[in-house]
Amino acid sequence: MQRFINITLSGLTEGMIYAAFALALVLIWRSTRIVNFAQGSMAAATTFIALALIDAGQSYWVAFVVALASGFLLGAIVERVIIRPVEGGPELNAVIVALGLFVALQASIAIIFGSSFQSFPTPFGVRGFTIGDTTIALTPTSLYVIGSVLVTMGLLVALFRFTRVGLAMRASAFGQEVARLLGVRVGRMLTLGWALAAVVGSLSGLLIAGGEFVYPAYMDSLIVFGFVAAVLGGLDSPVGAVVGGLLLGLALSYVSGYLPRGSALVNISALAILIVVLLVRPGGLFSSSTARRA
Amino acid sequence: MSDAQTPRPAAGTDSGAGTHTVAAEGAATEEAPVEATAAANAPSAQAAGGRSFLPRSTLLRHLLLLLLGAVAAVIILELTSPFTNSQLAQLSYFAIAAGGLTVLTGLNGQISLGHGALMAVGAYTTALFLQADEPLPLPLIMLVSVVTTTLVGALVGVAAARLHGPYLAGATLALAVGLPGIAIYFHGTLGGEQGLRVRAPRPPEAFDTFIGWVSGNSPSGTKWLAYVGAICLLITFFLLANLVRSRIGRTWRAVRDQEVAAELAGINLGAWRVLAFVVSAAAAGLAGAVLALVVRLAAPGGFTLVLSLSLLTAIVLGGLGSLVGALLGSALLVFLPPFVTDLGADFGLNNTEAAQLAPFVYGVVLIVAMIFAPAGFVGTVRMRWLTARAKRAAAARASTGG
Repeated sequence: MQRFINITLSGLTEGMIYAAFALALVLIWRSTRIVNFAQGSMAAATTFIALALIDAGQSYWVAFVVALASGFLLGAIVERVIIRPVEGGPELNAVIVALGLFVALQASIAIIFGSSFQSFPTPFGVRGFTIGDTTIALTPTSLYVIGSVLVTMGLLVALFRFTRVGLAMRASAFGQEVARLLGVRVGRMLTLGWALAAVVGSLSGLLIAGGEFVYPAYMDSLIVFGFVAAVLGGLDSPVGAVVGGLLLGLALSYVSGYLPRGSALVNISALAILIVVLLVRPGGLFSSSTARRA
Repeated sequence: MSDAQTPRPAAGTDSGAGTHTVAAEGAATEEAPVEATAAANAPSAQAAGGRSFLPRSTLLRHLLLLLLGAVAAVIILELTSPFTNSQLAQLSYFAIAAGGLTVLTGLNGQISLGHGALMAVGAYTTALFLQADEPLPLPLIMLVSVVTTTLVGALVGVAAARLHGPYLAGATLALAVGLPGIAIYFHGTLGGEQGLRVRAPRPPEAFDTFIGWVSGNSPSGTKWLAYVGAICLLITFFLLANLVRSRIGRTWRAVRDQEVAAELAGINLGAWRVLAFVVSAAAAGLAGAVLALVVRLAAPGGFTLVLSLSLLTAIVLGGLGSLVGALLGSALLVFLPPFVTDLGADFGLNNTEAAQLAPFVYGVVLIVAMIFAPAGFVGTVRMRWLTARAKRAAAARASTGG
């Protein structure tokens, strides 16, 4: 029973990170109908910027803020310079451009920061809390992970619900032509959407790195997990992304916790889950039946 | 000529390459380069030119090309150094896999980021069968590898046929990241992280005699494997070229370009998509088998996501949908890294940093190519040629008072 609780708790923590990453993918998909396969590399780049700052003696929080800010900048630049020319073109072109960015960014991280494994600090402890005599798999760090993802989601909801910018962004995602007629600067909103998504992606990169080792390709699995989580929820739905992330986190945690040598099977289980979901419910769990014709 | 450089098609329509001149419009529309891939639809230069020395029958023409290719392969392999020989062996497995991917992505419009994983299936099958005390003959082992990969490809293809664009890209991405985990899980049979060593079989005596007869040299193991690669490459491209020009190839293009019309014409979209996946998986399996022989190792580290993405790079840069493009793109994959790495070392980068320059260049070139020349190298050249021909035709019509 205790084992089950621990596995569930760590699954939920991981799931929160997948949810954040999936949310970033969904934000971009909703506005530009592009799956940003470069999301992971972009997040890795900002994580390495943070690591460089920490190594230079700055505090974790300074590095944290700088990483998110550089994520914002990177997202905006990427949309303006690289994505804008292929937006609205054949979807194959957009996918290939995103993959090109993925490869180029990952290689430049290795060139600039080196390709060795480096440990990334975490601001809080990784020792589990004790209840009575037993130590459970809930650590201050996992509380920090869950908390920061929840705060981010809250801020996003507030932005989209209660601000004019949020309304304009929703309008541009919903119908570009109509939004443009109503005076929304659609191009600017798309750039903002990519920038915000990159911030959320950077956050998930920082969180998954905390207390672990980072190397240029450390986000590769997270891209897959984030994508599977987003598809589970049905690419169009932010709520679906969060639920999908949590479900996937739990499922993968059970696989690695209960199967013998299950950790080797985590990636392939994500593939299996993806295939099953797409075969049974191609639109994901949370999308209306018309939403998916991609 | 700006029209040939910047085709900016509207999504999913066939409105033609926007800014064609009126003169070009008339003659070139039926082959108008609509999408990045469509430039490859134009009939091959020999067929369209009308003053070709090649036979008119497609099969005969391809047989002749096959023969020329074989002679060229022998000449090139005999004249080049052992190091270049091994690079050419590398080229052969990249090109075989890229040729298969050309069928899938270029002709049928399905993107796959998982072909590296399918190559792994072929490589591991070859490695396992070569471990036997009395291994089967090499061609048979390669055939088994192809069949095994084809079966895996059929499984993936059935799932993939229901998916579109980014969904398919994501699913195959998951395949590329996930499948190597199987080798680690079954580390007893598949060798875990270390992988399986491959004992390449000795060349048959006929080969030694043949090389002695051609060049008087005594053949090395490297040269034998380069020949194996070249033979596999020639056979694969011969088969694929015939397939591309056949009814099957035309159906695939119809499924890609005009989904609804194809369905109305009675074409079972799903079945044709699965078939495209199966064919390209077979090629990937053969490529994996050659890779295992050339690298002499089948290990998870050899089949990373980067391999799958490199294959995609090759076919995009060469020109989606063109086998010649796949070959050119593969050549880039083999010959660019040493060049760029040397350049990096000259600029004072250390070895590990310089090794990353090649993927960096690939990524940048991929982006730049998609933005400025989405038809790839072969496609862009072909489009220019078509435009020029259309202009000539229009001029000829005008001069005869038409």
